[in-house]
Amino acid sequence: MTPRDPEAGFTVEIDCTVNGVRVRRAVPARQHLVDFLRDELELTGSHLGCEHGVCGACSVLLDGVVVRGCLTLAAQAHGKRVDTVEGLSDSGALDALQAAFARHNAAQCGYCTPGMLLTAHELLGAGRPMSRAAIREFMSGNFCRCTGYHAIVDAIAEVLERPSSGS
Amino acid sequence: MKAPRFAYRRAATLAEALDMLAGEGPGAVPLAGGQSLLATLNMRLSTPTLLVDIGDLDELVGIALERDVVRIGAMTRHAHVLESAVIRQHAPLVAEAIGHVGHVAIRNRGTFGGSLAYADPAAELPACTVALAGTVVVASRAGRREVPAERFFKGLFETDLAPGELIVEIRLPAHKPDRTWAFLEFARRHGDFAIVGLAAQATLADARIVDARLVYLGCVDRPKLARAAARALAGRTLPLDETAWIEPALAEDLDPPETPGCSAATKRQLAAVLTRRAVAAWHDRMPR
Repeated sequence: MTPRDPEAGFTVEIDCTVNGVRVRRAVPARQHLVDFLRDELELTGSHLGCEHGVCGACSVLLDGVVVRGCLTLAAQAHGKRVDTVEGLSDSGALDALQAAFARHNAAQCGYCTPGMLLTAHELLGAGRPMSRAAIREFMSGNFCRCTGYHAIVDAIAEVLERPSSGS
Repeated sequence: MKAPRFAYRRAATLAEALDMLAGEGPGAVPLAGGQSLLATLNMRLSTPTLLVDIGDLDELVGIALERDVVRIGAMTRHAHVLESAVIRQHAPLVAEAIGHVGHVAIRNRGTFGGSLAYADPAAELPACTVALAGTVVVASRAGRREVPAERFFKGLFETDLAPGELIVEIRLPAHKPDRTWAFLEFARRHGDFAIVGLAAQATLADARIVDARLVYLGCVDRPKLARAAARALAGRTLPLDETAWIEPALAEDLDPPETPGCSAATKRQLAAVLTRRAVAAWHDRMPR
């Protein structure tokens, strides 16, 4: 093998699509996706809570499925589609959920809300009827430290029960 | 916290990934789904010099039944396992366990091979792989080798993997009509790591237990195959009318450490409770 540049690999070129916009950047290898979204792209809707995969505040969609933004490197978004709460709000994909969250007072301090919305969006996308217990289980990876879970489940259940729910 | 500094390289092929791992030496770590690795990096519990991203290696993704073996590519994500008809039909123990693995966002990224390589003693898939007498297929630049799951797990987060090696496939013997199974966990909350869990399979001749494989997770340093319990079970007939043998057998098999909030005695007690429930579930699922 030829000797490598000692600095090679610490900066990574990425080319991805964020909320429908093509983004090309050089990112530090160790930067996770949410720091990239917040600090580089100024998309501050995705929040950092625990930063080790427990709380779910950092949830974003990667190629259409919900993931932990803090357990995904920005470098791993290369070639992929990233959708955040900003993009999904603008596109209207979260309209029904957001209206139901407002109606049920399901956002208290609001810190967990973007993550809740994205996980709930995936729940609705599964297109299956679910009991309240099943909704709670599906949402169990997203923490609300205001402990307002009841209202969150109410809001999701309402959208789920509505025919042709807005997701 | 933020992860420490490390280099990152994305492999386009398996051969390239193996070259990258070999070229860097022991500081190189494969990055699969990252659901354990990135958490340990954010907590600075791990200090690799290079992450080799194997996320693009589609050749390591897939679940297939081949003759009597379920073959699972190492990069197969938990969400894929959860939805797999092959797993439901031919590896029902794994189908039952996979719902206990993390939460939806974790299952969308985490991989079967990654779970085995990380070897968390509380993880579900290592225990299932040992209970089913599966095989871990490992590749390096020098070639491939097959490691029986029982020998793969060496201790707390320790496996048989040498620097430069990568798990490429997991092979599980397919379910047979004379088998019965159970997967149980005791965790403080759903999705949390189990304080004690049990992956258990038995081979039956009618209602008589011919062979039992009970693997405990969470309570000792690795997925622990309980040989004394298996010996005590062999030859008994389901449903068991007498279960007082469980505690002395488990005392031989399990020596759990005290951890804050949970004594060794509590863990042994929970292991015995799960064992009784598992054997009852074996009976409920007995082929008849």
